[in-house]
Amino acid sequence: MSETPEVRPPVVTPVRVIIALCLIAPFVAMLWVGSYAKVDPTLIGIPFFYWYQMLWVLISAALTMLAYKLWQRDQRARKAASGGAAR
Amino acid sequence: MKDGVNGVALGVFIFFFLAVTVLGFLAARWRRAENEHSLDEWGLGGRSFGTWITWFLLGGDLYTAYTFVAVPAAVYAAGASGFFAVPYTILMYPLIFTFLPRLWSVSHRHGYVTTSDFVRGRFGSKGLSLAVAVTGILATMPYIALQLVGIQAVLDVMGVGGGEDTNWFVKDLPLLIAFGVLAAYTYSSGLRAPALIAFVKDTLIYIVIAVAIIYIPIKLGGFDDVFAKAGEALGQANPATGKPRGAVTPPEAGQWTYATLALGSALALFMYPHSITATLSSRSREVIRRNTTILPLYSLMLGLLALLGFMAIAAGVKVSNGQLAIPQLFEDMFPDWFTGVAFAAIGIGALVPAAIMSIAAANLFTRNIYKDFIKPDATPAEETKVSKLVSLLVKVGALVFVLTMDKTVAINFQLLGGIWIMQTFPSLVGGLFTRWFHRWALLAGWAVGMVYGTAAAYGVASPTQKHFGGSSKEIPGIGEIGYIGLTAFVLNVLVTVVLTVVLKAVKAPEGIDETKPGDYTADSGDPDVQVELPPATAGSAH
Repeated sequence: MSETPEVRPPVVTPVRVIIALCLIAPFVAMLWVGSYAKVDPTLIGIPFFYWYQMLWVLISAALTMLAYKLWQRDQRARKAASGGAAR
Repeated sequence: MKDGVNGVALGVFIFFFLAVTVLGFLAARWRRAENEHSLDEWGLGGRSFGTWITWFLLGGDLYTAYTFVAVPAAVYAAGASGFFAVPYTILMYPLIFTFLPRLWSVSHRHGYVTTSDFVRGRFGSKGLSLAVAVTGILATMPYIALQLVGIQAVLDVMGVGGGEDTNWFVKDLPLLIAFGVLAAYTYSSGLRAPALIAFVKDTLIYIVIAVAIIYIPIKLGGFDDVFAKAGEALGQANPATGKPRGAVTPPEAGQWTYATLALGSALALFMYPHSITATLSSRSREVIRRNTTILPLYSLMLGLLALLGFMAIAAGVKVSNGQLAIPQLFEDMFPDWFTGVAFAAIGIGALVPAAIMSIAAANLFTRNIYKDFIKPDATPAEETKVSKLVSLLVKVGALVFVLTMDKTVAINFQLLGGIWIMQTFPSLVGGLFTRWFHRWALLAGWAVGMVYGTAAAYGVASPTQKHFGGSSKEIPGIGEIGYIGLTAFVLNVLVTVVLTVVLKAVKAPEGIDETKPGDYTADSGDPDVQVELPPATAGSAH
């Protein structure tokens, strides 16, 4: 196998696991309704139920952003590894 | 409701409406490619939109006037359970992050304009492609009709809708004018019109929400007071059912419903043809990925908007029709001129998605019914012509729907549409990642999901309706109340998997796959991927 010019990197790498976790986390947080279906603590008078979910809009946006950056790096690394000869 | 016409508000409303109309017609000249008679050009804006235009277009497309009216109306009616729209839009973005770029790539390699184009190419099955196309058209029609309902709500509160006793023509005239104008510029400018108008719409919406979320709570004595009053009002028993109207947090029993509605709706949204149309009009794969990271700004706005429902309760807004709650709140709270701005935002908010939806439905008809079954040798110019005409027909259909039938019919169909459209998920998203599923199994799974979903929704009664009284029902085998669409989807997947195993065992013909693995990761700049329609040679590249 040392003869094959194309050494394929493994499909599952630590970086990709992190990407997957970033994308899955919002599902766990949002679908577990029992974890946030309460009034206290309130924020400027808004019950926890509402501000917590709005906070997750920001958290999930940040996580998706992180996944995007990691994915870009992953793809660039792979392109470099497979060599410019492909194109 | 104040009596008579609110003159100042109406004046401001008309001003914005006229401005947008001019913009709609001018859009035809904006970034035009040389080959203007191709469907890519009219129906996808030349596939040339960058990050920001796509952001406005998708935002303008997904967060419709109906959303602005219906989400706070749901909170106004039942409290916490109406807030599911927020987790729904949160879940949507990680989801589309994974599959939309693949759809973009394969569509650019093969010149697909619709999802059905892709399904036909991937599975070599016109039957499956037809099923996806018909589902898309059926689900989109009531959605367009609901945009009209959104405009109507605003017109009613401004006092131009007339009372029950006015002549029907006078009553519906403003709506007819609005739609006539919309139809005319969509016809002439295609997807460029809503793309340009979306800028105005979203700017107005953001301004209105920012003002409303600060100004109204101050007038009502702060969020503490708002929620205290709302909690009290929601806790009062409904005389019809003897149960409280709702609560500020979802009770134990409502949590399954909340979660399944959020997940199901998130799965369904990007199956809608209009979401895909807006996606495919973007310039590159990166534009889409980047958009999934900036689109959540709209979710934040939606959350704030939903809170307006509580403010409407706290402000003591009393309306016979929940849909009028937010327009009425604006009229009660804001000075007249700003009410006009707010109403213009909602009204224009209806025009953008209605235009995109009618284009999307027209593309589906043209590509997957007209070209596949009626006239296989249609030229790109003919395709564009048919698409333009169908976009008109679709809008007239929606108009007739709204004017002749009760509003609840449109809402019922919209509810069904959401359940139906989700049944195309296995064919589309499944197909993007694997060719393992068998085309006949996918078709059977789709049929089972459609039938179950429709039957289940038909059987839901509410205090006011015997059928289609809601979108959730007991999940068989689990016993909790959940979203029907998601249950139908799970059934659909089960049937598809089991039948695929069976069909593979008996070696049923698989159909030809015209796509290659590399097609799913291609980006602009790669060979065979058209970045923007090149002058004159479009369509001959393959």
